[in-house]
Amino acid sequence: MRKLPTYLILSCVGLFMLLPLLWMLSTSLKPAGDVFTSFDNPFRALMPRAVHAENYAKVYDVTRAMGGGFARWYLNSLLVAVVVTLGQVATSACAAYAFARLQFPGRDKLFLGYLGTMMVPGAVTMIPNFIVMRQLGAVDTFFALMVPPMFSAYGTFLLRQFFMTIPRDLEEAATIDGCGLWRIFTTIILPLSKPALATLAIFTFMGNWQSFYWPLIVLTQDSMKTLPLGLLSFMGLYNTQWTLLMAGSLMMILPMIIVFVLGQRWFISGIQLGALKG
Amino acid sequence: MALTRKGRIALAGGLFLLPNFLGFLVFTSLPVLASLALSFFAWDLFTPPKFVGLHNFAALMNDRAFWYYSYNTAFLMLAIPVNLLGSLLLAVVMNRKLRGIVVFRTIYFLPTIVAGVGTYVLWRWIYNPDYGLINTMLRAIGLAGPGWLQSIAWAKPALMLMGFWTVVGGYNMVLYLAALQGVPPELYEAADIDGAGAWQKFWAITWPMVSPTTFFVFTMSLIGGLQGGFEQALVMTRGGPAGATTTISYYIYNHAFVWNHMGYAAAIAWVLFAAVFVVTLLNWRLGGRIVHY
Repeated sequence: MRKLPTYLILSCVGLFMLLPLLWMLSTSLKPAGDVFTSFDNPFRALMPRAVHAENYAKVYDVTRAMGGGFARWYLNSLLVAVVVTLGQVATSACAAYAFARLQFPGRDKLFLGYLGTMMVPGAVTMIPNFIVMRQLGAVDTFFALMVPPMFSAYGTFLLRQFFMTIPRDLEEAATIDGCGLWRIFTTIILPLSKPALATLAIFTFMGNWQSFYWPLIVLTQDSMKTLPLGLLSFMGLYNTQWTLLMAGSLMMILPMIIVFVLGQRWFISGIQLGALKG
Repeated sequence: MALTRKGRIALAGGLFLLPNFLGFLVFTSLPVLASLALSFFAWDLFTPPKFVGLHNFAALMNDRAFWYYSYNTAFLMLAIPVNLLGSLLLAVVMNRKLRGIVVFRTIYFLPTIVAGVGTYVLWRWIYNPDYGLINTMLRAIGLAGPGWLQSIAWAKPALMLMGFWTVVGGYNMVLYLAALQGVPPELYEAADIDGAGAWQKFWAITWPMVSPTTFFVFTMSLIGGLQGGFEQALVMTRGGPAGATTTISYYIYNHAFVWNHMGYAAAIAWVLFAAVFVVTLLNWRLGGRIVHY
C-alpha cells in the first residue's frame, strides 16, 4: 500500500504527457464542424461524437494537388531519413575508429575541433551552405537535401566514446595473426559496436524524419518537400481544418513512436553514452 | 615504398577519417569561416557583395529589435531551471523498484520523441482561445483563459509550458535517473539511522550527488536555449504577436532567408555563436566550484 501514492503521482504525470496526444487523436477523428463547438466539459470535448476515420484518407486527397501531397512527402521523408542515416553511420564509424585507435599527427587537436563545432549554432553554417547550394544550382535537389547532413561531429563523438570502451586484446591478437586494419574494423570493432551503431542510427533517423530548417531553405517545390515542410504548407492552405491538420500531424509522428518503442533500449543507453565526458 | 608500422597506421588513420573529414571541412569548418567573412559585407544575393567593414555589427548594437528579441530569448530560457527541477523530481519518484516503471518512462519520453512541426501544430490547436483544450479545461473550473498565442503577455509563457511538456520526461530525466542509480544506498541508510527526513536526504545526499549531471544538462540546455525558438516561432506564431515570440534564431532566419540580408544575418549568427561560446566557457569555469564529485 505504501506504493500507492507513488503510482498516483506517476499516473498524474502520465496523464499530463498523454493528454495533448489524446486531444490530437480525438480531434483527428471528429467531423469537421464539430471542432468549432465550445464545450464547458473537457470530457465531452475529448470524446468524438462520431468517429470519422476517413479524415485520414481526406488528408491524402486534399493535398494531392500539392506536388503529389502527403504520400509524396511521406516517401521523401523516408528516403531522406534512410539515406542520411546510412551515410552518417558509415562516415562516423570510420572517423570514430581513426580517432579511437589510429595514431596520426594532430589527431587529438582535430578531435577537439570536432567537439568545438558541436556548439556552433546551425544558422552560422547554414547561411554559407545555402549560398553555395544556390550558386551550384542545387536548390530543390536531393543532393542538397541529403549530402550536407551526412557528416556529423556528434555521431563521430558518440561512436568514438563507445569504441574507446572496447578492450584492445582482441585487436592485438588479430594483428599478430596478420589481420589488416580494415579487417579488424569490419570483423571486430563493428560487430562489437552493434548497440552503439543502432543508437546512432535511431537518433539520426528520427532527427532527419523531423528535420525542418535545412529542407525549408533549400526546397521550394511542393513535390520535393519532406513531411514537416509539407505539413507546414498544408497548414498554410487549410488553416482552420483542425481535423485534417491533426490527422496529418498524427500520421507524421506515428513512425517516430513506433521506432522509439521498438528501439527504446538502444535509445536510452545512447543518451547516457553521449553524456559521458571524453 | 617501405613504410614503418607507425607510418602505416597514420596513413590508415588518415584514410579512415577522410570521408567524414571532407564533409566536415566543406559543410562545417569552411562555412564557419565563410559566415565570419560574410558578416563584413552587405549582400542581397542579387547585386555584388559590398564590403562594409564593421558596419553590420555597429548597426546590430543599435538595432532595437535585436535587443527585444534577445530579451525574448532570455525570457524563454527562464524555463530551464524549472524544467530541470521537474526532470530531477520525476527521476526521484521513478527511482524505485516498482512494477511497470518502464511503461511510465516510455510515456514520459513520448513528447520528446514526437517534438517537431507536428506537435507545434498540435499546441497551436490546444491554445486556441475558443475551442482549444486548455481553455476548455479552464472553463470547466470556472476560469476564462487568456488568448495564449494571440496575447503579448501570454504567448511566451504558453511556449514555456509547451517546452516543459516536451522536455521534462526526456533526455534530462533519463540522465538524472542514471545518476540516481549510481548513488550508493549506504548513504541513505546512514542518513536513516541519523533520523534524517526525506527533504533533508534530498538536499544533503541526492542534490550534491547528482550535481555533475545537473551541471551537464544545465550547460546543454543553455546552449540549446540561446539558439532556440525558431521552429516554434515559424510554425505557431510567426514570431508574433508584435514580435513577442521572435527569438534571435528566428530573427536570423528572417534576415537571411526571407529578407536576403546575408551579411547582416551572418553578423547576428556570429554574435549568437560568441554568446554560446562565452556561456559555455563561463559555465565550465564556474562548474568546477559548484559541482561536488
